[in-house]
Amino acid sequence: MRRSHRILPVYTADVSGVCSALYELGGMVVIHDPSGCNSTYNTHDETRWYRQDSLIFISGLSEIDAILGNDEKFVADIVSAARELRPRFIALVRSPIPYMNGTDFPALARLIEAQTGIPAFFVLTSGMHDYVCGAGDALAELAWRFVRPPERVRPRSVNLLGVTPLDFAAEGSAEAMRRALEERGWQVRSCWAMGDDLDALACSGEAQVNLVVSAVGLPAAQVLRERFGTPWVAGAPIGAFADELCAALECAAETGACSAPCARRVQGRSGPVVTLVGEPVSMGSLAAALSLWFDCPTRVLCPLERHEGLLAPSDCAVRGEEGVENALKDAEIVVADPMYRYICPETVRFFELPHWAMSGRCYQKRLRSLFALTEEQCGTILRKI
Amino acid sequence: MLRRARAVNPSGAVVRMGEANYPAPFASVLEFNAPVHGTWNIVHTGMLVPQAQQVYVCAANCMRGVTLTAAEMNELDRFSFVLLEERDLVEGTVEEVTLEGVTDVLRKLDKLPPAVLLFTVCVHHFLGCDYDFLYQNLAERFPTVDFCRCYMDPILQKGGPTPDQKLRRSMYELLRPLPAHKGVVTLLGSDFSTDETGDLAAYLREIGYELRQLPDCRTYGEFLALAEAELFVSVYPNALLGAKAAAERFGRPHLYLPQCFSFEEIDQSLGRLSQALGLPRPDTVPLRRRAEAALAETRALVGETPVAIDCTVHPRPLGLACLLLEHGFRVDTVYLDGISPEEEADFRALQHTAPDLLLKATIRPEARVLPRGRAQKVLAVGQKAAWFEDTPHFVNLVQGAGLWGYDGICRLCERMREAFLEEKDTEDLVPRKGWGCESCV
Repeated sequence: MRRSHRILPVYTADVSGVCSALYELGGMVVIHDPSGCNSTYNTHDETRWYRQDSLIFISGLSEIDAILGNDEKFVADIVSAARELRPRFIALVRSPIPYMNGTDFPALARLIEAQTGIPAFFVLTSGMHDYVCGAGDALAELAWRFVRPPERVRPRSVNLLGVTPLDFAAEGSAEAMRRALEERGWQVRSCWAMGDDLDALACSGEAQVNLVVSAVGLPAAQVLRERFGTPWVAGAPIGAFADELCAALECAAETGACSAPCARRVQGRSGPVVTLVGEPVSMGSLAAALSLWFDCPTRVLCPLERHEGLLAPSDCAVRGEEGVENALKDAEIVVADPMYRYICPETVRFFELPHWAMSGRCYQKRLRSLFALTEEQCGTILRKI
Repeated sequence: MLRRARAVNPSGAVVRMGEANYPAPFASVLEFNAPVHGTWNIVHTGMLVPQAQQVYVCAANCMRGVTLTAAEMNELDRFSFVLLEERDLVEGTVEEVTLEGVTDVLRKLDKLPPAVLLFTVCVHHFLGCDYDFLYQNLAERFPTVDFCRCYMDPILQKGGPTPDQKLRRSMYELLRPLPAHKGVVTLLGSDFSTDETGDLAAYLREIGYELRQLPDCRTYGEFLALAEAELFVSVYPNALLGAKAAAERFGRPHLYLPQCFSFEEIDQSLGRLSQALGLPRPDTVPLRRRAEAALAETRALVGETPVAIDCTVHPRPLGLACLLLEHGFRVDTVYLDGISPEEEADFRALQHTAPDLLLKATIRPEARVLPRGRAQKVLAVGQKAAWFEDTPHFVNLVQGAGLWGYDGICRLCERMREAFLEEKDTEDLVPRKGWGCESCV
């Protein structure tokens, strides 16, 4: 049964995805939930909670309010907190019970916005999808509401879309991406959403190209494409793939066409297939780097919901523990979060790459930056494992 | 990074004891969750049933917290789950998915466990899940397995027992009636074994009684043997519901002997215990003298250093405040969000004796942004107090741990002296889940 898991944890869900994407932007996120969502989020899905404050709260929904459809307390509590804390925006997030009883969140957002004068919006969640959906839709909402039409487009400039600790938890990942692009002559206008504030994101329309570094960034890229015609390119500047990615950026800047070079990998011909499990853009980019360095064939297994246009023909979308387990049955070399060891055949050569959205802080001491991986390291590791 | 144009008004999250309302000193509004996670949750507590498998059936977001709790305590092999999806709620297939999903995960296990703690959630409750149908079918499919009805339904906790209280009741429903063994007392419902040096355990040992407790059980058989007690006791407030129910079911007496800091209450508890066993009342004078000495020694060391206490360290934070204030400590802050009925008397007393004592909320939204820490050294008693006071000098305990009686006071004093003299790595320690459990973090 696809939905039963004997041992493999579940990925970060949509609710936490929203919180993670909006964390650094000065807004207030309110999860309409009885209890637990905030604790789950800040314990397992958030690396910044201890040191960096952010206004993320739950409503403390009670049975009686859920049954009677009493939204007044929800609205009043948000309005009261917003008047005191003055966030830049208010994002409403839905957990399973409000999903089930059909709470009208868009209407509540309008009501809250009217009462506070603070932009308020609902991010379509239910607690039953993965983080890519929640974080992606949250960033897309920002792209609709806060990005100003550009006065001019700056040549050779990009926005990094889809940067959250859920996919890039290793310290310095966002900076490493910036550096890799700047070394190749590209200026980073904004990073969605680590290290930049809402004002920086509001100027994103000035970028010539949007670089989608994880599937989380794709919906925002599509919005910016629709609003300003900005082309997007999907891929992360990992190792040898960074040059190819920048060539794709050049091409997008010239032609205005969108592309996903992480999914257009040239398959290597040397050695066994390397199977990478995880988020499609970062794993596809790492697969591309491995192919370029070692001429090895690769395939990405994507256990996440959104991957359209981001997988290569050799890749495969899988769902649930059973789906991944079946897909890994004949694998020889696996690159994945250490949790996947539990469902890999014993004979597999396993290269662990902790992914926060899968294992949270379980392997935080063993996190590796994808951008610090070198040909020599990967070669040594692939030969040794 | 968050930028605030003006300072936040703390009034909603801070109140002087003299002006505080009982039992809710703070209005219920949006809730913040501090990065302090040492208190146990239902996964930690459920793992106390030896050899049992926990199976959760819920949405991904709820699942994330519990599955990673199990992962962090290196118990993933005793944890399985079934994910609910939107269409289950719309199409009314929640019961079917639960039944077939649980069946599937159990068939995938290398070996069937003796017991399964099956956790259903708010969604099951709202959709009117037919629990009898579900458990009857599971029992027929797996006749060798004891199924335990557990609930992760926090939406109900404002009007009734919490999931934690219900779990402590459900776990003991697995016990079957067994003949009472003379000389056996079972302590029910605590996450931590009561300290061997504690007055309760020491007294029972002295009179030749065997004290059985769940955290000491290593096999399912040992767990079942908890039912052999001639007397059941409980010491932890959240245990009371389940402990009373179990004792009633077996037709045996139950005593609630709470972990507390009042000398009179400790004496009363030991008196009730001895009376129930038909034995003379123990002499507590030497124990009391020892506790007084420990308090005096600690006060001499701590001096005028401010002391902050929180509600996670012990079920009786106000009782602790009373004790320390009576013994000259400069307790100036207690972090809590509500007053337990067990503490009403302490609350009323403190309103008169310490009206300037500050009560500070831990879950109010302001708690996220109000300044933490002070210019001077603060001794925190509890993890939340440590975080809010931003101090490395803290007593790292939760839920009263195994402290009991005068010995518990002595042990707490030891911990306070140690915390006063030595710094701890607060950022490393307090976000860890399940104090006392194995942790891979």
